Amino acid sequence: MAFFEMAKTAILTTLKSPATRRYPAVSAKVTAISRGRVTIDPARCISCGMCMRKCPSGAICVVKDEKTWSVDRLKCVVCNCCVEVCPAHCLTMETGYSPSMTVHEGIEVVQITYVKPERPPQKGAEEKSGQGS
Amino acid sequence: MSRRIIVPFGPQHPVLPEPIHLDLVLQDERVVEAIPSIGYIHRGLETLVAKREYPEYVYIAERTCGICSFIHGMTYCQGVEQVMNLEVPERALFLRTIWSEYSRMHSHLLWLGLFADAIGFENLFMASWRLRESVLDVLEETTGGRVIQGSCKVGGVRRDIPGETLERMVRDLEGFERDFKEIANVFLRDESIIARTRGVGVLSHGDAYHLGAVGPTARGSGVAIDLRKTGYAAYGKIHFKPVVETDGDCYARCAVRVKEVFSSIDIVRQAAAKIPEGEIEVKPKGNPNGESFSRAEQPRGELVHYVKGDGSRYLVRSRIRTPTLTNVPPLVKMLAGCELADVPVIVLSIDPCIGCMER
Repeated sequence: MAFFEMAKTAILTTLKSPATRRYPAVSAKVTAISRGRVTIDPARCISCGMCMRKCPSGAICVVKDEKTWSVDRLKCVVCNCCVEVCPAHCLTMETGYSPSMTVHEGIEVVQITYVKPERPPQKGAEEKSGQGS
Repeated sequence: MSRRIIVPFGPQHPVLPEPIHLDLVLQDERVVEAIPSIGYIHRGLETLVAKREYPEYVYIAERTCGICSFIHGMTYCQGVEQVMNLEVPERALFLRTIWSEYSRMHSHLLWLGLFADAIGFENLFMASWRLRESVLDVLEETTGGRVIQGSCKVGGVRRDIPGETLERMVRDLEGFERDFKEIANVFLRDESIIARTRGVGVLSHGDAYHLGAVGPTARGSGVAIDLRKTGYAAYGKIHFKPVVETDGDCYARCAVRVKEVFSSIDIVRQAAAKIPEGEIEVKPKGNPNGESFSRAEQPRGELVHYVKGDGSRYLVRSRIRTPTLTNVPPLVKMLAGCELADVPVIVLSIDPCIGCMER
């Protein structure tokens, strides 16, 4: 049993610099693998919808016909699942968080600009057409 | 003889981070009986298992609890691995052990802070949480998430910890241990904490055993139950003794948690020394068909995940039994006969995690 057991720690704390950061002035602490927010490269998305199917919280919506990819930032739980399953590797996990919002404007819609490259003419088909003429 | 009155305690109360309601039947200032009622934050996470594919359910299993999330994910994965007869690589098991122990440290430090706050020791609360930050930093650096790690998957783990990071973690633990010793001394020796906790909310060994207390609540009453001794993950290859106190009061439960942080530090050191090189995951083939119970030691006690699959991508049933649920009957027993002013301390001494309990 002891009195003032905390005194030493408390006094030393007052002499040390603060344990917290002065946030807006000093940027938040992030690591290289911190999960902040999902972003998409619309030029590489092949609209396969894999991210939509695997998303545990149902935050992602891919509309193939309209070529849009949308994410509800308020539903997204930042689990990194979509980034892992994306076959085209067009999704990335950024380290910074989404900015906070005062009204529900969380749904971000991105227009997919991916253009399917034209298939090079197949060798066999060329020969076949050559034979036909 | 004075009249009996009922004082409602919770669901919103300064000491409760999460909602639970207790009707306290009082005679003067003494609690005669406590009647708990739960069900404020039931989310139906177990039903979701039928709507998400089994590898994706790990993310939901992890979100059952915001504090011991890694252990939830790990226990679910263990269950599915048992059904599928998957042999998880050794390195993955050690990594799971390391992350589990870091989770335990951060959970216990969180609780110690809350406990200090409930007693009214604000300074100690801040000191505990400052230390907890250093644990969270390690978790974020190695898994990408501070409290929801998301690094466990069916068949292994998602991320590896490189050798030099592991060495640095072990080196940093020295400073952490030194800082924690200062705080631990306050918790274990300070007059004001002892006056507030010793002899309060006593749970006898027999009651703890018969009412099904688990974790530090049971170990504080001398019941040496520690699921880690069953040797899941890599605990079978690590030497440690369950921390047991015999007094059964709030002080004993606090002492168990303080000492378990030291025990966790030691386990991380051993695991870092023994971790083998190699693969960190195996690809699961096929779908789970069968059922299994998987158990693990959470910071709050024994956690049970039951999973049942029918050979499809979707499991048909999941059941989660969390430690707080089994610690509520012992809590009711502790509360009977205590002073009204001691109720917050006693309720907090079981480390209630209501989000976890109601799922």
